[in-house]
Amino acid sequence: MTATVAVAADPFQPGAAEQAEAIHIENLHKRFGALEVLKGVSMSAKDGDVVAMIGGSGSGKSTFLRCINFLENPTSGVIRINGEDVKMVSDGHGGQVPANRRQIERIRSRLGMVFQNFNLWQHMTLIQNVIEVPVHVLGMKRDEAMAIGEQLLERVGLSAKRDVYPAYMSGGQQQRGAIARALAIQPRVMLFDEPTSALDPELVGEVLKVIADLAKEGRTMLLVTHEMKFAREVASHVMYLHNGIVEEEGPPEELFGSPKSERLKQFIRTIS
Amino acid sequence: MADASIIPAGITGMFDLLSPVAPGWGANLLRGLVRSLQIAFGAFGMGLIIGTFGSYAKLYGGPIARDLAAIYTTLVRAIPELVMIILLYYAGTDLINRILEGMGYQRVDISGLVAGIVVLGFVQGAYATEVLRGAIKAIPQGEIEAARAYGMSPVLMMRRITLPAMLPHALPGLANLWLISTKDTALLAVVGFSELTLETRQAAGTTKAYMTFYLAAGALYLFITLFSSVILEWVEKRARRGMPSVKEAR
Repeated sequence: MTATVAVAADPFQPGAAEQAEAIHIENLHKRFGALEVLKGVSMSAKDGDVVAMIGGSGSGKSTFLRCINFLENPTSGVIRINGEDVKMVSDGHGGQVPANRRQIERIRSRLGMVFQNFNLWQHMTLIQNVIEVPVHVLGMKRDEAMAIGEQLLERVGLSAKRDVYPAYMSGGQQQRGAIARALAIQPRVMLFDEPTSALDPELVGEVLKVIADLAKEGRTMLLVTHEMKFAREVASHVMYLHNGIVEEEGPPEELFGSPKSERLKQFIRTIS
Repeated sequence: MADASIIPAGITGMFDLLSPVAPGWGANLLRGLVRSLQIAFGAFGMGLIIGTFGSYAKLYGGPIARDLAAIYTTLVRAIPELVMIILLYYAGTDLINRILEGMGYQRVDISGLVAGIVVLGFVQGAYATEVLRGAIKAIPQGEIEAARAYGMSPVLMMRRITLPAMLPHALPGLANLWLISTKDTALLAVVGFSELTLETRQAAGTTKAYMTFYLAAGALYLFITLFSSVILEWVEKRARRGMPSVKEAR
């Protein structure tokens, strides 16, 4: 488990040459009762893309992210993950549910979700949190998962917290631990749902640094965030959502440098 | 001299009566204690299983499962346990035999032990349903969501996340249920099952040493409770291992 071995056999480095489409979403609608939160959102992310979604509260950006791994069932639309179309059937109430639970579970186990409130499992130590999914969902051997988990904790700077329960860690530490948990499943795509919104201002930096490092190494990421400056630095593509539709999207320099829509101009002014 | 020997004679007499070898009645009491514990364990275990299903039905079930669980917990908790026990014990065994006869089988003699466990377990299940439902609701929903987001199947999630995470919230209520279960076994005396209370009554009635035997029985029940408390305290400490002490948050 020396550093050189770890680097040589790092199973997390996505192949740089691949440019396959990791996520493809077409015309996604989501309705909660009478309220239509998403009114036809489309996006696509190739391997290595870092897509940032920005927008005011209630714009639907978090809901969109949660539809991708079916924490919310989209009302209609096409979702293709890793080139696999997700089959949906009608739920009889005007919505739809996944046709095959196992397909959803398989897809989910390849998407590393990081939540606003960390959501580490409180009854497990940090290392137990990190190896839980590899061992029990992906069927990895415990020793192997442990070795990988320890590497990951070192990467996010939490080796010393290995056997500590989440309740005894700061918010920033918990979120870095949650990122290690997400990385442990060797995700095709990382999904970040406002990862720094619940943190004290002085703890935001340490989490953003870890995320920026992941972007630098070419990891595919979808990032819902309020941190405009950060989105501008790390994203390869930025989408601005307003009232459930993509108001404007493009490369960050373009979007932030010369916004076209009046709403986006206003949004950038109020945020910064 | 004569005065001095009265009290020792009384105590020796007491010990003679409680001696585990005949003509003492100690062996009968101990046999009753073992039976009581068997029933308490069985009923508590059965209650836990029913409670797990019941709480899941109430929280996650469809309309039919939810309604069935609601009817079950309402009825069982509304009817006095003693009535419930007499009802289920006589009516239940009769019903089973009628069904068996209707299907062309022989009547069976249902053992008192099994009947006792089933009857008390049925009652315990209703209370356990509510204890576990409350405990599951106390789990931060984000932890359940994380388990879903990482592709856990419902069964895996129950085993790895929901049950261990709800345990610290459930234990005080479950400890209550266990202690109630040990004492509810005494209610089975009314249907003639020789558990600790009935054995005590028989010993006391035969020897007329009521004080001696009921005190002894009381001591045995107290011993069960004290021993249980030690175990439960240890279990709760272990289940709460990831949680800061309540005092720290004061």
